[in-house]
Amino acid sequence: MGLDTRAADTGVSFNPSQQESWVTTRLDFLVNWGRANSLWPMPFGTACCAIEFMATAASKFDLARFGMERMSFSPRQADVLICAGRVPFKLAPVIRRIWQQMPQPKWSIAMGACASTGNGIFDNYAVVQGIDTIIPVDVYVPGCPPRPEALMYGIMMLQKKIMNERMADRSLRHEMEPDPTSKLYIPPALIDEMSENFGNSVHQTRSGL
Amino acid sequence: MSEPSFLPVLAGHANAGDAPAPTTPKKVPHQGGAVNPGAAALEARFPGAVHRVDVVWGETTVIVAREQLADIVRWLHDDPSQRYDYCSDITAVEFRDMERPIEVVWHLRSIPFRRFIRLKVLLTKGEPLVVPSVYGVYRGADWLERECYDMFGIRFEGHPDLRRLLMWEQYKEGFPLRKDFPLRGRFSRSEQLRQILAQNPEAKYSMEELSVIDAFEDLPPDMRQRLGKGEQVGE
Amino acid sequence: MATTKRTVEVELSTTGLDASGRPQRVPLVTDAAGNLVPVTAAPPVEPDLEGDHMLINIGPQHPATHGVLRLVLELDGETVVRCIPHIGYLHCGFEKTGEYRQYNQIIPYTDREDYLNSPGNNVAFALGAERLFGIEITERCTVLRVIAAELSRIISHCVWLGTFCIDIGAFTPFLWIFQQRERVYTMLENWVGARLTTTVTRVGGMAADIPDGWTEDLANFVRTFPKVLGECEAMLSKNAIWVGRTIGLGAMTADEAVNYGLSGPLLRASGVAYDVRKDFPYLDYETYDFDVAVGATGDVYDRYLVRVEEMKQSIRILDQALKRLPDGPVNVADHRVILPPKSKATSDMESMIHHFKQVMEGPRPPIGEAYVAVESPKGEKGYYMVSDGTSKPVRWRIRPPSFVNLSAIPKMVEGHLLSDVIAINASIDIVMGEIDR
Repeated sequence: MGLDTRAADTGVSFNPSQQESWVTTRLDFLVNWGRANSLWPMPFGTACCAIEFMATAASKFDLARFGMERMSFSPRQADVLICAGRVPFKLAPVIRRIWQQMPQPKWSIAMGACASTGNGIFDNYAVVQGIDTIIPVDVYVPGCPPRPEALMYGIMMLQKKIMNERMADRSLRHEMEPDPTSKLYIPPALIDEMSENFGNSVHQTRSGL
Repeated sequence: MSEPSFLPVLAGHANAGDAPAPTTPKKVPHQGGAVNPGAAALEARFPGAVHRVDVVWGETTVIVAREQLADIVRWLHDDPSQRYDYCSDITAVEFRDMERPIEVVWHLRSIPFRRFIRLKVLLTKGEPLVVPSVYGVYRGADWLERECYDMFGIRFEGHPDLRRLLMWEQYKEGFPLRKDFPLRGRFSRSEQLRQILAQNPEAKYSMEELSVIDAFEDLPPDMRQRLGKGEQVGE
Repeated sequence: MATTKRTVEVELSTTGLDASGRPQRVPLVTDAAGNLVPVTAAPPVEPDLEGDHMLINIGPQHPATHGVLRLVLELDGETVVRCIPHIGYLHCGFEKTGEYRQYNQIIPYTDREDYLNSPGNNVAFALGAERLFGIEITERCTVLRVIAAELSRIISHCVWLGTFCIDIGAFTPFLWIFQQRERVYTMLENWVGARLTTTVTRVGGMAADIPDGWTEDLANFVRTFPKVLGECEAMLSKNAIWVGRTIGLGAMTADEAVNYGLSGPLLRASGVAYDVRKDFPYLDYETYDFDVAVGATGDVYDRYLVRVEEMKQSIRILDQALKRLPDGPVNVADHRVILPPKSKATSDMESMIHHFKQVMEGPRPPIGEAYVAVESPKGEKGYYMVSDGTSKPVRWRIRPPSFVNLSAIPKMVEGHLLSDVIAINASIDIVMGEIDR
């Protein structure tokens, strides 16, 4: 996939049914450019990935180049929640509350294998298997911990995602709460049935000799 | 800066001046190493309380009776020939063989004598898992015992505030480090998420913290009663 | 005016302001079901502040708590009357998971609990496992482990110094010191391929031998690091602001420190010269020439001085270790624990069988238990392992130094101001991964 240098400028577009004008398109570009290049991260750092995040912010890799030097530890002033580290169940309501406290526009990066999927080594009673079960995630950065370059690549992917947004698309800024009337809604009982342990993964003790 | 006018507490200062300096243990035997003199002293001082003395990989393990554990630890701490002033760890071991008792383990160190001893109490599984607390002897035992309770369900009598430490206080799934507790917990993933997200993260104030609130008239009557009785534990 | 002693529990969020620009404070009490509800009585607009204590919640998400720690403080104005710490927000079931893993498979977990001291934790675990197995490691491995442990001590103290400075308000030493950490990261990456979570040891040896030129890199580091440390010291140690903010805070007497189970720089700053490397030695530490830094009062300034001095002593040990690094095999020649080289495993039948047995089942120690403690940068770290003869431990216990150190924080912060709480918390040098496991 790679990264394009910048989003394609769509130029003038006029669609009578949606009443778009070329002004909107240009404003999109301006707004997205501003948003992408001044993302204020909220480092929700829990474990080892937080140290690599700090290393990314330090002088050798330097997040200030991305406009991200101003770490906002208050969610009210943050744009992107970078969840760096494993999230146990006790911390789950906290990260959810922090996400809810962040004002739109907001994005989130799951940094590290633990935040992305729970990291196979932490598949146990205490760890949330991926924060996308709790908050919506835009970019997943794999690694344990990801190298600073990997995190920066993830940030650049997020920037590309932001550059491709359109202000006319309001659904991007909706708070995603479960909506029972939506066709995508799955009732809890069915979720339980689908998420039961299956296969050999239940039996962790091979060769208990 | 001026000369330090204090004397540091040196480890091993209670040993005689010609005691050999400590060295890295080499070729430690599996069994039959040197026994810690504390074991013999314990047997002499508390006849009948010591069930067994093992020396495994150079470390002395003394299995004692539960009823006398508090006295034994107090004596080990206070006696001038033992002076185990440092509580390194308190934990428990449950074996895969379900017939074996749960072992509660205390790791004690003597800084003045540079010694290490391991005490154990065996708790059979059918009976209540209760041991005396050593909080009165070592303040460092505070959280160690709370964690042992949280993970195994072992109650420490005499601990002032025995409530869950690592899991949240209303955790319903059980005691995680027990062998009958599955690795992934008893509930499904979605149920675990549902339960934890239903909790209000700001509501987690224990009774100990709420006791700072003297706003008696604002509290509901049953809480007033509990606070009035001096209740501390939130669970 | 008669003041009823009324304590108002407030929710003071880290965000702060409501629509009219005032701090968002909602007086809350808990009803019978345990839910927080606003008080029914209207609170006074200007509460009489003399008799009131405030209950303030710091964390678990907070820049200055060094991880997900939650401190609930009862404040009388700005003075802390009581502090109740809450942990467990990073509890990830390490000890439970370890019961389902072979001994070599547990080593990556040791990286991730005290993640600032990964090589040191690997060394500690390998020592404990080798005691349990009854294996004697080679000379070269011993010295390499000392190198790993001391490098790890230096980088852990670097993070501590950087974040401690940030908490007090000084941002520059963080950048200076993290650059040094990057140099060590590069060395570790050249050695084992990972920067932070290194998994540098195996039971019976190391993950890999050091590559060519690595000792030159290390010698270079040993030569140049003290200069950077000296720059940080010059900026801080006699700085009026620094001293003013750290002197006299959180002092613990020697007796208290021992009774509370403190270890590491906290214990030594309180005047107790207990260092596991000197008193219960391992890896031939008694043959190295180094001093143990001991402080006088146990306050935050003393802890700072002790840790800086420890970094200098670590450089001394590294220098000696470099000079004495012997040649020879790095792994013990025991086919029950060490994998055969790949070329033999694919060509020689016996090696293939050894490889198969180790990978599928894992090395099995005799029945027994072992507890080996090392001096980690945080304190006395130990792994207590109980074996029932199978390839997976019955119990794998981590003795976490930060856990016991943190339990003393209510004692340390009583009577101090709110901003001192942050300084004292930072001086304990906690790692939540180790505390919560």
